[in-house]
Amino acid sequence: MYRYDEFDHGFVKARVAQFRDQVERRLSGELTEEQFKPLRLMNGVYLQLHAYMLRISVPYGTLSSRQMRMLAHIARTYDRGYGHFTTRQNIQFNWPALKDIPAILDDLASVEMHALQSSGNCIRNVTADHFAGAAADEVADPRPYAEILRQWSSVHPEFSYLPRKFKLALIGAEEDRAAIQFHDIGLQLKRDDAGALGFAVYVGGGQGRTPMIAHKVRDFLPEQDLLAYVEAIMRVYNLNGRRDNKYKARIKILVHETGAEEITRQIEAEFQEVLKTDILRLPEEEIRRIAAYFAPPALPDRPARSSALEAARADSRDLAEFVDRNVTAHKISGYGLVTISLKPVGGVPGDASDLQMEAIADLAERYSHSEIRVSHEQNLVLPHVALDDLPALYAGLKEIGLADGNAGLVTDIICCPGLDYCALANARSIPVAQELSRRFGAPERQKEIGELKIKISGCINACGHHHAGHIGLLGVDRKGEEVYQITLGGSGDETAAVGTLIGPGFASEDVGGAVETVVDTYLKLREGPQESFLAAVRRVGQKPFKEALYGTA
Amino acid sequence: MSAPIQKSGAKTRAETQVVTANRLDDGVVVYLDPSGGWTERLDRAAPLAGPAALAAGLDAGKRAEAQQIVVESYAIDVAREAAGLRPLRLREQIRAFGPTVLQDPSSTARA
Repeated sequence: MYRYDEFDHGFVKARVAQFRDQVERRLSGELTEEQFKPLRLMNGVYLQLHAYMLRISVPYGTLSSRQMRMLAHIARTYDRGYGHFTTRQNIQFNWPALKDIPAILDDLASVEMHALQSSGNCIRNVTADHFAGAAADEVADPRPYAEILRQWSSVHPEFSYLPRKFKLALIGAEEDRAAIQFHDIGLQLKRDDAGALGFAVYVGGGQGRTPMIAHKVRDFLPEQDLLAYVEAIMRVYNLNGRRDNKYKARIKILVHETGAEEITRQIEAEFQEVLKTDILRLPEEEIRRIAAYFAPPALPDRPARSSALEAARADSRDLAEFVDRNVTAHKISGYGLVTISLKPVGGVPGDASDLQMEAIADLAERYSHSEIRVSHEQNLVLPHVALDDLPALYAGLKEIGLADGNAGLVTDIICCPGLDYCALANARSIPVAQELSRRFGAPERQKEIGELKIKISGCINACGHHHAGHIGLLGVDRKGEEVYQITLGGSGDETAAVGTLIGPGFASEDVGGAVETVVDTYLKLREGPQESFLAAVRRVGQKPFKEALYGTA
Repeated sequence: MSAPIQKSGAKTRAETQVVTANRLDDGVVVYLDPSGGWTERLDRAAPLAGPAALAAGLDAGKRAEAQQIVVESYAIDVAREAAGLRPLRLREQIRAFGPTVLQDPSSTARA
């Protein structure tokens, strides 16, 4: 993992001191709310329905056991005993008092964490494939580049007052597990024919009220040009992005209105300008220095097949199903990446209690070299687990109620906080997720349905990624009533697609039944269990689902 | 702190209004009470029937903002029921009675 150097420690400490002073001035009345609001947002502090909310950055979703224990401590000491992992690989606390937040930031700084740039019109937390550095299908670990981008973008003077917020995501494999084509900039680390590392660069993706898939502007950008090229994109956006209308201020609108060909020309021209100084060309030794922080732990060779695991699987069907769903192939033989589902049947997607966080920190220490990942799908991952240790790890997860083997299944639902917490929401999303989770929760039912990603947002801002859901649900307010619109066919992977609205929305008491009708329709028309829900929707279109829901196509 | 959520709020006629805000130092939801102070309990809020009472309540909210007691004060529609005052809008019911999510039994210390 990356470790703070003296500069990092000093920088974060100074920012905490600055914010402590700002909070004191606000509480004393020296600052008005109007003056204070942009300052608190720069430090990740929102005012939500019930209380303040603190959003803490988890850069590229990588946490240590020590950091996870600190999050548990914060949940227990300053909040109500739980935290909410988000679709930006961050964690939010829903109940902190403003007067306590400087102390929370002190505690975070002690474990090399902060809440900077988790809000505001700046470059937000850089996300990455949650399996980075461990997945068998990976070309190379994208996190060193994410860290370089984090350092470059932190309080970057030119990009601290952008037209709108700006999000970057990186992957290092063909399979897109970070939804890069739904980002302002998406970067896919790859090798060229000569074996050199570089990036495919995507620009102008996003969700919200105007969902768009990003355009590929470069098929291969040499790694040493990463900062220069991203800086060129940012300059084009900062100069030409709209500031007159916040709903048209994201780079996706600029790309759409300018045209992909012209925006690419502008970026390439600016790139040539940036290169003239050579300041942003990444030195090879600096890339390798940062990459060294992300070197995988020394994992001794193990047999590809674990007899201990096979014996345990034979004794426990639950364990076998957990392994089949929640364990992904590791690049080192004899190991696996374990997804800890934060979607227990009927639970709140993404929530973890302090005790669960403590226990996961312990399990990571024991079985995964103290490393934990947060996924944008609101789950946690232990990235380096020996197959021999899976039975013991599974037993540990069962003790804390987080042993559901449902990764990628119908109950592995992405869900925003919705109207239960969020000041922007129009409708609740968590209770809908809970109802669907219960409705489909029987293991046999989930297994029969197979891979199916339901994503729920409580407003058009789409924090629950509904546009990218195989089944997407968007909660809206219709004259005081919660109504849920259903979209089908969205996808956040390498075949990225925006879901299509199927028809009029459903009242909250009816939406669960409507989703069940969609699922049952799929089960009837699929060509076999090998045809996933998404594949079936792409093959047959919306007509059979419309007929099933509304009696007419 | 919970009460069943009632639907169709917007279609129900507002019987009165109360002024609400979030307390500055901890963000907790509060309501203007009859003595001009702020209470966390909706059933102790001051009903503000009529334009004059409402204007006075909103003025009290602005004064409390200026005095660093609360932030973002505004009026909400409520109905009088046997059990007390009930906000008409779902958003305000959730602010008054807390999140409607079903609690995970494995969580600790959830209020």
